[in-house]
Amino acid sequence: MKNKIYDSFDQAVSDIPDGSTVMSPGFGQVGVPRNLLAALNRQGAKHLTAVSNNAGTLDDKIDIGTLIEAGQVKKMICAFTAPTHPSQVTPFVQMYNNDEIDAELVPQGTLAERMRAAAAGIGGFYTPTSVGTELAEGKEHREINGRMHVLEYPLPGDFALIRAWRADTFGNLQFRMAQRNFNPIMATAATVTIVEIEDKIVEVGELDPDHIHVPGVYVNRLIQIPSDGIFG
Amino acid sequence: MSDKPKLERQAMCDRLAMEFQDEWIVNLGVGMPTLCSNYTDSSKEIIFHSENGVIGYGPLADEGKEDKHLVNAGGQNVTAVPGMAIVHHADSFALIRGGMVDVTVMGAYEVAENGDFANWRIPTRKGGGIGGAMDLAACAKRVFIAMEHTTREGSPRLLKKCNLPVTAPSAVKLLATDLGLFEIASEGFILKEYAPGWTLEEIQAETEAKLTLATDAKEFRFR
Repeated sequence: MKNKIYDSFDQAVSDIPDGSTVMSPGFGQVGVPRNLLAALNRQGAKHLTAVSNNAGTLDDKIDIGTLIEAGQVKKMICAFTAPTHPSQVTPFVQMYNNDEIDAELVPQGTLAERMRAAAAGIGGFYTPTSVGTELAEGKEHREINGRMHVLEYPLPGDFALIRAWRADTFGNLQFRMAQRNFNPIMATAATVTIVEIEDKIVEVGELDPDHIHVPGVYVNRLIQIPSDGIFG
Repeated sequence: MSDKPKLERQAMCDRLAMEFQDEWIVNLGVGMPTLCSNYTDSSKEIIFHSENGVIGYGPLADEGKEDKHLVNAGGQNVTAVPGMAIVHHADSFALIRGGMVDVTVMGAYEVAENGDFANWRIPTRKGGGIGGAMDLAACAKRVFIAMEHTTREGSPRLLKKCNLPVTAPSAVKLLATDLGLFEIASEGFILKEYAPGWTLEEIQAETEAKLTLATDAKEFRFR
């Protein structure tokens, strides 16, 4: 079996080139691959297209906002391009207001489904979400079963940085509670999937095949978060 | 403008929560709507859904007892209750688009008399914050709104037509403001219940759209 285990986060992200589309999950501060994002920040890849639910928060935790602040992100694809409260002026908001970063705003369910479509080899899908709003302008509309829908296209990634709870050495993944969020979708929608493991990496055969959230065939690189790593 | 006391946010959210029916799947938006979960009625079993894939979560966790992996849509630590299930984000929104959510309660900047509402973008600010609001508004069986009746500057928010970009057209069924409870019907806003001491004329004075008094209109119901 090919060895997917890496010893260092830096090594695990060393080949991510400038201009890549990088997916990173997380919702409400849970399931964010902070160790891998920190490594990509150190690696310095530029002109990235980043796909995440939001464009970073105001706290000092490492997230996609850390890369945005460092000027590594050219375009953000996310469900929030303005903060939920006007007082939350993140680095993204500052740069977006100054036209220093591009962004595509996507409703959260459409964002998830576009990635699932990419993972599932679906060429697009029709959704009622956003019909009658300015986000539907210019999109193909079609009435299906008496209801208007808009056409949305798949969203594939070059790299997915993933935070999981447990893995086996083949890369079969398990998540814990709401850590799951976008993780399985992004892990399957990207060409190269790199995973940081919060609890432990066990031998193949130790995880129940009926309780795998992402099959190992999607996972290329695994790394255990060391005791001095970022667990939050 | 009248200086009579207005309704508290918790009272507004309690009133909407009283409309939840047994076994409903309920999605609460970030901010004021989360107060709906403070209203409990032991005769009803409510299943709270959060768009990050948590189906059937319990009350907020006590300090020191938080499970760091378990949060609701607002990132608050909630508790696991028996019967809870976790799915990933695409399945969570499949549940939403599939029509499983009986009601979503959201905040808004504006609501129009045809049920249009706006809560994601202010044109003077670049960008917007949609999150799951458009999916929920388009696909939940009902949309309830909790918001203040006027802006901080006193401008009306119950309008003939939304000025701001809409989140979904013709979506809102029921609206609680700090002046009362309103239904949206073919004739527009129907005042069902009014804040104590307020008259239709006084509420109308704070409203751009035409209000119709419900035939069974009464004073606002508190828990």
